[in-house]
Amino acid sequence: MIALFYIAAFVAVISTLMAITRFNAVHALIYLVVSLLSVAVIFYLLGAPFAAALEVIIYAGAIMVLLIFMVMMLHLGETSIQQEKQWLNWSVWLGPGFLSLILLVEMSYLLVVSNEPGEGLTVVDATQVGIALYGPYIITVELAAILLLAGIVGAYYLGQEKRRVLHRFLNQEDND
Amino acid sequence: MKIELMDVLIMLAVILVLQVLAMFLIWLERRLLGLWQDRLGPNRVGPAGLLQPVADMIKIFFKEDWTPDFVDKKVFVLAPGIVVFTTLLSFAIIPFAPGVLIADMNIGILFFLAMSSLGAYSIILGGWASNNKYALLGAMRGASQMITYEVFMGLSILGVVMLSGSFSLKSIVLAQQDGWFIIPQFVGFVVFLVAGIAETHRLPFDIPEAESELIAGYHGEYSSMKFGLFFLGEYLGITLVSSLIVTLFFGGWLGPEFLPPIIWFVLKTMVFLLFFILLRAALPRPRYDQLLSYGWKILLPLTLINLMVTGALGLYFDKM
Repeated sequence: MIALFYIAAFVAVISTLMAITRFNAVHALIYLVVSLLSVAVIFYLLGAPFAAALEVIIYAGAIMVLLIFMVMMLHLGETSIQQEKQWLNWSVWLGPGFLSLILLVEMSYLLVVSNEPGEGLTVVDATQVGIALYGPYIITVELAAILLLAGIVGAYYLGQEKRRVLHRFLNQEDND
Repeated sequence: MKIELMDVLIMLAVILVLQVLAMFLIWLERRLLGLWQDRLGPNRVGPAGLLQPVADMIKIFFKEDWTPDFVDKKVFVLAPGIVVFTTLLSFAIIPFAPGVLIADMNIGILFFLAMSSLGAYSIILGGWASNNKYALLGAMRGASQMITYEVFMGLSILGVVMLSGSFSLKSIVLAQQDGWFIIPQFVGFVVFLVAGIAETHRLPFDIPEAESELIAGYHGEYSSMKFGLFFLGEYLGITLVSSLIVTLFFGGWLGPEFLPPIIWFVLKTMVFLLFFILLRAALPRPRYDQLLSYGWKILLPLTLINLMVTGALGLYFDKM
């Protein structure tokens, strides 16, 4: 079990690194999908099959499809690849990279000091998630619903058909 | 965690049977279309044309596997495999008969939804990598169609999940011993059927390929076995949707005693496969925007009302 975890974690780290360093946006997104899939496998191994399924359905299956869809619509060609090559030089990523390294060291230290993660696992299935969401966490669900409603209203407003504005002479002609 | 010999045998048998079935579905489809359109269809190779798929396979294997210069090569090669891979994986959760089941997961039906949403990448990446205007148009249509219909597909199943109280397909079949879910969940069945056709982008919803407007759409640049994989994926897809309809709404392997359960399952699935083929012969293709507005304006409210009514009745009779 622990070996499976390390394999999935290894795939996740490698694919995330590849996602950052690709110059072609679609290639980067494909690596990101692989990274999300490996995170889903990790969720499954840690006893959260419901979270794993949602990770694949929502993140890998819907949101990433939308992102790729957007990249396709923009039709980024050779010029954007050249641009990315200029943007991704070491002076850009050295600072954030160093800061993340500090966090990584800190986290590894915590993992070593504290108990082994993976001891005493309990499988959390869909029923328990539902009871938790609609019991103690009901206010969070309501807030998320309001946020989504705002998004839908906004999308509806942006997507509505534009009112046709005619030149005043044309308007007169129509009235005649 | 021990892997038994029996499980491996079941896995191999499922893969083998599905590939052969997909091959002969092509023959069946062409013969039936011929029958319904008052012509013969392929009847030359072997008895009643039964060896036609074999001839087709030989032909498609020996065609030149040509990758155009202008495509994104890695993605171009990757795309056709995804749909076959995800569809075959989805079969892991389908209980063919008592004991004949690859994986009895407690998130069974969610696994199918996850795999079907990953299958959309095949179209999108294939169309994008082809670097061709028509292919790109097909890919964009495919992406919006599949994202839209995934929503109703997931929601239409939830009524069944409420009634049986489980995501596992085995428990869903066992919960139908007193009566098939087609009766209490008729709306769910209709929406699932429509969404299933749209997900497998079969006619009449084959808008991503649309031969008459997009000259084969997302797979326009593909030839030889890469095209064959898209084709295989489509036939596996309709087999998958048919067997899921049977499992979710028509009692799966359940049936009167005089036939073994697996035969019942195969018979019921065959009925829906024939229905899919009949649809192709009977219906014209809607326009792209018609398909999407039909989905969001009719199917979505319908599924939500169905869910609410199912939930309310379930609470009222305290069946949950």
